[in-house]
Order: sequence, then C-alpha cells, then structure tokens
Amino acid sequence: MIAVVVFPGSNCEQDVAHALGLLGAESQFVWHLETDLSAFSAAVLPGGFAYGDYLRTGAIAASSPVMASVKQMANEGKPVIGICNGFQILCEAGLLPGALRRNSGLRFRCMPVNVRVETSNSAFTSLGVAGQVLEIPINHFEGNYYCSPNTLVELEANDRVALRYCDAQGKVTQEANPNGALGNIAGVLSDGRNVLGMMPHPERAADPELGPIDGRVILESMIRALVPV
Amino acid sequence: MPRSEISDPQGQTIEHALPGLGFEGMTKVRVGKRITLSLEAPDLDAAEALVTKACQEFLTNPLIEEFEVQAVNPPKSDT
Repeated sequence: MIAVVVFPGSNCEQDVAHALGLLGAESQFVWHLETDLSAFSAAVLPGGFAYGDYLRTGAIAASSPVMASVKQMANEGKPVIGICNGFQILCEAGLLPGALRRNSGLRFRCMPVNVRVETSNSAFTSLGVAGQVLEIPINHFEGNYYCSPNTLVELEANDRVALRYCDAQGKVTQEANPNGALGNIAGVLSDGRNVLGMMPHPERAADPELGPIDGRVILESMIRALVPV
Repeated sequence: MPRSEISDPQGQTIEHALPGLGFEGMTKVRVGKRITLSLEAPDLDAAEALVTKACQEFLTNPLIEEFEVQAVNPPKSDT
C-alpha cells in the first residue's frame, strides 16, 4: 500500500492515485496530521500549493506532523517521492539538499518538457536507461533548483542527479531549461537513492487516454521497489 | 532577503522598469520580505536570540536567504 500524503492545498493527489491504480498499485490518501505511516511501503508527496505556499513553498508543510513519519520511511529505505510541490517540501524538510526558487524570468510554466534519465540506479529510475528522454509535463512557478556549489559537486560525483531538462534529442541545453534550474536539474536523489524529488509530474504522463505515458517509467520503477511491510 | 550571490529576478525586473518612469541611477535593486511579530521575553537579548533562532530554523531558508533581526519599539527597561 502506497501512502499519498495530502496537505491542505495539495491538488494532485487524485491524479497520483489514478495513475498508480492504472499500474496496478494500491494507494491510500493520508492526511498530513497522521503520525504513523509504518503500515505503508512507500510515500508520495503530490503537487499543489500546500499551506498556500505561505512563507516559502513547502516551508510550512515540511514541519507538519506527518513529516516525521515520512523521514522514518526514508531512513528505512522505503521509496519516497516528492512531485513538484512535494519536491519543494522534501527540500524544506531536509530530506533532499537544495531549494526551489522562483523560475527565471518570473514565468509560471505549464507545458510538456523533455527530461533525460541520468541514472538507472535508483528506486525511481530502475526501469529507465541513462540517456533516455522522457516527455513529462511541468506546472510550476518555483522550480528553479538551487544548491550550494559544494552540494552540486557532491550530487554530480555520487550520481544523484536523476533527471535533467533536455531537448528532444537528449541534449542538455539552456533553451531546454524551463525555469533556470542549476545544471538543468529536474530531479534529485537522496544519498540512499530511495528518495526522489522531481518538478515534472509523472502522474500526468501515465494514462494513454490523456497522451504520452513516459511518466510510467518513474512510477513503475517505484512500484517495483516497494518494500513489503 | 535573497542572498547576495543569488540572482533576484524580481529586483532585476524592477530595476529595468525604473528608468522608464524617470527614476534614473537606481541600481542593485533587490526584493525581500519583512516579518513583524510581538514577543514577551525577559530582556531584549533573549528576545533577539529567540527570533534569530526562529529565522535560522523556520522563517528563512539560509541556503537562499539572509536575514536581519531588528527590535522595533522595545519596551523600556525597568532599571
């Protein structure tokens, strides 16, 4: 059973549950006041505007009661994925390094983008191949990934950049970068490789009725990595 | 405030707009935010220490923001 964590202001939880269901995985909504997630084998922090994005995106959600339990899951090696606003929450909670800043050019970007799989060594990309290009939509105002120069070196050295914005041929270019993210980074892994934050929405690229299904690579990899409880 | 080494697109946009309105010579425009709060504490030092801790741990993200704590209208000391 996969926990889909719902904060006040989350708005992609239904899409996540629908996509997981299509792929044969069971999920359950978990309200942010829940403090025990031990019965779940993975957690998804969906997109939206948790707590209205007040103070900073993800800042208030990062301190909500459920997060201690999400951290516990991460420490136990269970897959934890933060999508869009979920990524911002994971960064604010310290589960992933860095921060998501306002998009360069101050533009809200809602569009399909290409991202290149940088590693297949993770709970979320095991069914992908390094260099593979996935078309997945983004929908955000604050997706401009930033981290300190030292952190960037560490991320690169340890193969912890999961996804980069690229063109249709897989070339990582400035034109293909929709938000100014450092190093065209679209997704980052934890040290243990079982926590992923990504700005694109894989759940919106999972149902063939709605278009491309490249997001399935991420979700199916996660389902394969589920830790039995 | 956004840290000095980090670009501030809001500030840049405002900076570009200023000359068009006749405000020449204004550079290094940066946009931050101010949070005001009231607090009861034994003394000013204790109040500032607590607010500084809140800034470090919650009110700002030190990775991308820097802050300054300022006491406004502190109550007069009894001594």
